[in-house]
Amino acid sequence: MIPPTFEYLRPESLDEAVRMLPDAGEDAKVLAGGQSLMPLLRLRLAYPDALVDLDRVAALREIRDDGDAIVIGATATHHQVVHDPLVREHAPLVAAATATVADPAVRHRGTFGGSLAHADPAGDLPAVALALDAVMLARSASGGEREIPAREFFVDWMTTALEPDELLTGVRVPKPGPGWGFHYEKFHRTAQAWAIVGVACGVRRVQGAVEDVRIGLTNMGSVPVRASAVEERLGGGTLSDGALREASEHAADGCEPPADLHGSADYRRHLARVLTRRALSAATTR
Amino acid sequence: MTEIGRARLRTEDTRLVTGRTRWTDNLTPAGTLHVAYLRSPHAHARIDNVDVEAAKDRPNVVAVLSGKDFAEEQGALPCAWQVTEDMKLPAHPPMAVDEVRYAGEPVACVVARDRYSAVDALEDIDVDYTPLPPVVDMERAVQDGADLVHSDMGTNASYTWVFEQGDLDAAMRDAPVLLERRFVQQRLIPTAMEPRAVLCEPDGSGPNMDFTLYSATQIPHILRLMLAVVTEIPEHRIRVIAPDVGGGFGSKLQVYGEEVLALLLARRLGRPVKWTESRSEGNMAVHHGRDQIQKVTLAADRDGLVKGLKVELLADMGAYLMLVTPGVPLLGAFMFPGIYKMDAYSFTCTGVFTNKTPTDAYRGAGRPEATFAIERLMDDLADELGVDPLEVRRRNWIRHEEFPYESIAGLTYDTGNYEAATEKALALFEYDKLRAEQSDRRDRRDPVQLGIGVSTYTEMCGLAPSRVLGSLSYGAGGWEHASVRVLPSGKVEVVTGSSAHGQGHETAWAQIASDRLGVPFEDVKVLHGDTAVSPKGMDTYGSRSLAVGGVALFRACDKVVEKARAIAAHLLEASEDDLEFGGGRFSVRGVEAAGLTIQEITQAAFAAHDLPDGVEPSLDSDVTHDPENFSFPHGTHLCAVEVDTETGFTRIRKYVAVDDVGTVVNPMIVEGQVHGGLAQGIAQALYEEAVYDADGNLTTTTMADYLLPSAADLPSFTTDRTETPAAGNPLGVKGVGEAGTIASTPAVVNAIVDALRPFGVRDVPMPCTPERVWTALREGGAL
Amino acid sequence: MPRIRVEVDGETFEDDVEPRVLLVHYLRERLGKVGTPVGCDTTNCGACTVLLDGLSVKSCSVLAVQADGRSVTTVEGLSLDGTGDHPLQQAFHRTHALQCGYCTPGMIMASLDLLRDNPDPSEQEVRNGLEGNLCRCTGYQNIVRAVRSAATEMRGREVTS
Repeated sequence: MIPPTFEYLRPESLDEAVRMLPDAGEDAKVLAGGQSLMPLLRLRLAYPDALVDLDRVAALREIRDDGDAIVIGATATHHQVVHDPLVREHAPLVAAATATVADPAVRHRGTFGGSLAHADPAGDLPAVALALDAVMLARSASGGEREIPAREFFVDWMTTALEPDELLTGVRVPKPGPGWGFHYEKFHRTAQAWAIVGVACGVRRVQGAVEDVRIGLTNMGSVPVRASAVEERLGGGTLSDGALREASEHAADGCEPPADLHGSADYRRHLARVLTRRALSAATTR
Repeated sequence: MTEIGRARLRTEDTRLVTGRTRWTDNLTPAGTLHVAYLRSPHAHARIDNVDVEAAKDRPNVVAVLSGKDFAEEQGALPCAWQVTEDMKLPAHPPMAVDEVRYAGEPVACVVARDRYSAVDALEDIDVDYTPLPPVVDMERAVQDGADLVHSDMGTNASYTWVFEQGDLDAAMRDAPVLLERRFVQQRLIPTAMEPRAVLCEPDGSGPNMDFTLYSATQIPHILRLMLAVVTEIPEHRIRVIAPDVGGGFGSKLQVYGEEVLALLLARRLGRPVKWTESRSEGNMAVHHGRDQIQKVTLAADRDGLVKGLKVELLADMGAYLMLVTPGVPLLGAFMFPGIYKMDAYSFTCTGVFTNKTPTDAYRGAGRPEATFAIERLMDDLADELGVDPLEVRRRNWIRHEEFPYESIAGLTYDTGNYEAATEKALALFEYDKLRAEQSDRRDRRDPVQLGIGVSTYTEMCGLAPSRVLGSLSYGAGGWEHASVRVLPSGKVEVVTGSSAHGQGHETAWAQIASDRLGVPFEDVKVLHGDTAVSPKGMDTYGSRSLAVGGVALFRACDKVVEKARAIAAHLLEASEDDLEFGGGRFSVRGVEAAGLTIQEITQAAFAAHDLPDGVEPSLDSDVTHDPENFSFPHGTHLCAVEVDTETGFTRIRKYVAVDDVGTVVNPMIVEGQVHGGLAQGIAQALYEEAVYDADGNLTTTTMADYLLPSAADLPSFTTDRTETPAAGNPLGVKGVGEAGTIASTPAVVNAIVDALRPFGVRDVPMPCTPERVWTALREGGAL
Repeated sequence: MPRIRVEVDGETFEDDVEPRVLLVHYLRERLGKVGTPVGCDTTNCGACTVLLDGLSVKSCSVLAVQADGRSVTTVEGLSLDGTGDHPLQQAFHRTHALQCGYCTPGMIMASLDLLRDNPDPSEQEVRNGLEGNLCRCTGYQNIVRAVRSAATEMRGREVTS
């Protein structure tokens, strides 16, 4: 099908983009890679008044070292993220999860920031950002720059804490210290299908003991969620098979997963438990 | 010549790999207007009013029309298969006028100067609907007091068709083993990669107006006739062209409303009109496939010998009967007994109307459904008796020395060798090794269990014998036409009524002609898919092209050779009986130097200076072939799956297909057909399902929800063949288009159930999604 | 209406386009490059795959304005250098990697991208790399063969040149 009409705005700089956004109207949409937006437009499920295309804002594509973190520009493409040496070294979970997003052609266009701002709980990257305690960098003409922790960023189904005039400019991902292992476990029916459930996890061990553990769940609620009950149970302990198994049984505690064509809520809860165990196991056997 | 059996690379490829294609949507003659359809968002509703005025005012809009505007001229879409005398056949307007009966049914259209404007204007059409109760569940639809899809009919049952042979009561009464099962053949969306498209170009005016209609269709000839019948435009004024067609799988074996309306719009507006469907529109509006509820009962003795089989079907017709909708389950009626001997068989099918997209032929059409049921039952019988599933089949199948064999369903299987195909498959599969691994995994309580599925199938294809089709009340014959023209320069044109859309006719037909006439392969051109070029034809479906159309060509070539023989004898002053033909040359027996090539003869036939009395100039022939019997490919498929009992995920570990499709003209093409058939059959087992909600809305309108496997989801297949020539035609060919699809679905599901039997699982409904496998494990008591 | 300048298959075009025009419609309907077909509306099927600045994209999910200032390669641009069909086109033909051929342009363009990234892919790497392109006819087996066969040939050519 064919997109509805819209006004097209193409700022050349970040300043211009931030200035344009409030003027573009309440129903304006930011266009980054467009890989989520374009199907919505073609199916006429969205009727934005205007699209603000960030394509020319080169600064937003950069991935840079920021001391104890790396900053991934909002419009860095998935392809760029997967291949970027900084990401591979300091955010291996981001690289691993991004490599599972859609397919190569979509990864050439789709962007890291776009996936997060789209905030589809079935998307792979929100759970990753949440697990890593990433910080969203936002900017607006009225409020200047603002930092939003991932925990506060995902507000509801496809809704973020971004104000209508606010632009996601980048994501600060803290560099892990030594001893971390990461894994993204994605479960889907076909290679190109969305995750029924995904588990993003990182485990830091010091001399066998779990020093820190972070688990983000994909598609287990209207927003990405942390498997806190598992994190609490594992913290400080050792990762015996029994402990892993016991803790993973709590992966779905407190979750209100969706029910749709590809899985009931109960099935998703079950998957969360199995996949959490597998993800933790994989993260700690590297 | 050894053209037959040679893996010739396809001539069609040249244009397809370079993008120099002729898909219908590629064609846009000057002045073309673009059509977009507004479709019902309701499964069932009365249309109270359609207001098109605002849409007419949109820029670039030429016309906006609703069903009322076509009511006088649109006729009703045809159903060619009156399966019983009392079959309920509702009128099916190309565009709904008073009532819509499935979500996606067209209610209005916009014609505009460009596609974008046409789609935009749809949003300004205002339709008032009064929702009516939707009929969604087939089983409830046939209960007393059910809401009705067609209120004037008083019932949702279109027909009940019965076939009985032998004393079933006796077979059931005495049987120590009685297996009763309920299998659901889920509804599928055929999903040819090329969405439908139609372009109609008018020429002339008034009663002398001619129409050239391009359509992504499998059936240009049938479509032409049906368009004439529906619209009352004289048949000779309509030319139908199927240019490059991007797959069909049965979905383009249809006369669609949009094709009729293209003709009517071209007549009304006097300009070319074009419509191309979007995928999300097509998922609702292209006919669907399968959708049966099967109640089957199999009776056997303690040795596992099958005594009788009872089949009771509910078949979902959807909202209307389209071209062959009611007949599809009947094609399965003859296939439920499969390759097995038994004493009694009964088949009852009720066609049921629901407020869903109409169903019709989808790759295999009736036979996959039947094969699934019998092959699932044979595995369950083996389990019941504690013997190997192949052993149970061996005890029951028709032995190779018993052919020809009249099946309990009344078909005469001409040839076959189930033993040979099975032996070959077993060797390729390493059956014993995999059974050992299965046993080991079971002992270890491995979370990933191995299952082995068997499918020993046969099918009836070469859908043709006109007399048989007549006896089943089908509205047409099943013959096919071919003509051969040896041009004055010695090059050859072959015209076929079979209309290819991916099967490689242009290559295989050239091989046959080259082989029979002794001319170089490169010297043969195959023409098809245009009613003005190929005057007669019955088109392509039911794995019939080679077994009917290919044989027509074979005979047409021989007819040319016979004509050439008479001319050669005359010119060589020899007796026809003394002439030998080989390598494209006639020679006088014993006098090798005295001879004439086919090229020399065609020159003589063209000049016509010295032809024998009664022989007409030009070297050509026409043959219409109507076989006496179907053909019966068969084979043995073995599938090993790994089932993750924790998540329910199934991975195909190994798939071996040994098929017997008779003589093979082009083994490369045959192998390709098997690969593709396997993929579609596996996809039914694991991935595909058209899902409706309780209101009758299709929820799988996009490829994001209607899951199709990609390369990453499928294994590499091991394929091989045995070759038992068909007895019913001189080429010995059977047909291969549907075999893979028919065989593979039960092989996969049998494998999954086999993996899970120790967990108390006896069935998993299709598609066997991870969740359904997990649910079966829970219900089996394993989790 | 924005004016765009796009290089398509080696030729430069300048056109005014409505912002909402999809790249694939611009190619097909404005430039007459009908070799690139459309198979879905949700980026699933990949039939419309082209290269945008050398990387595969689904041209049904890119606006023509987003191609402004960039270069597009379609299946029609693969054999323009006068040396005949591209090794991938030849390999698809040689190994019977197409039946109806509707997915073929996208499959070939996606394969080209795959081989740029990985000149010697394993069978599984080819399967995974083509996850975004659907074919309904071939069961993919011969497509995988074609890509690996072309890869061998393309590596050979690089060595000799």
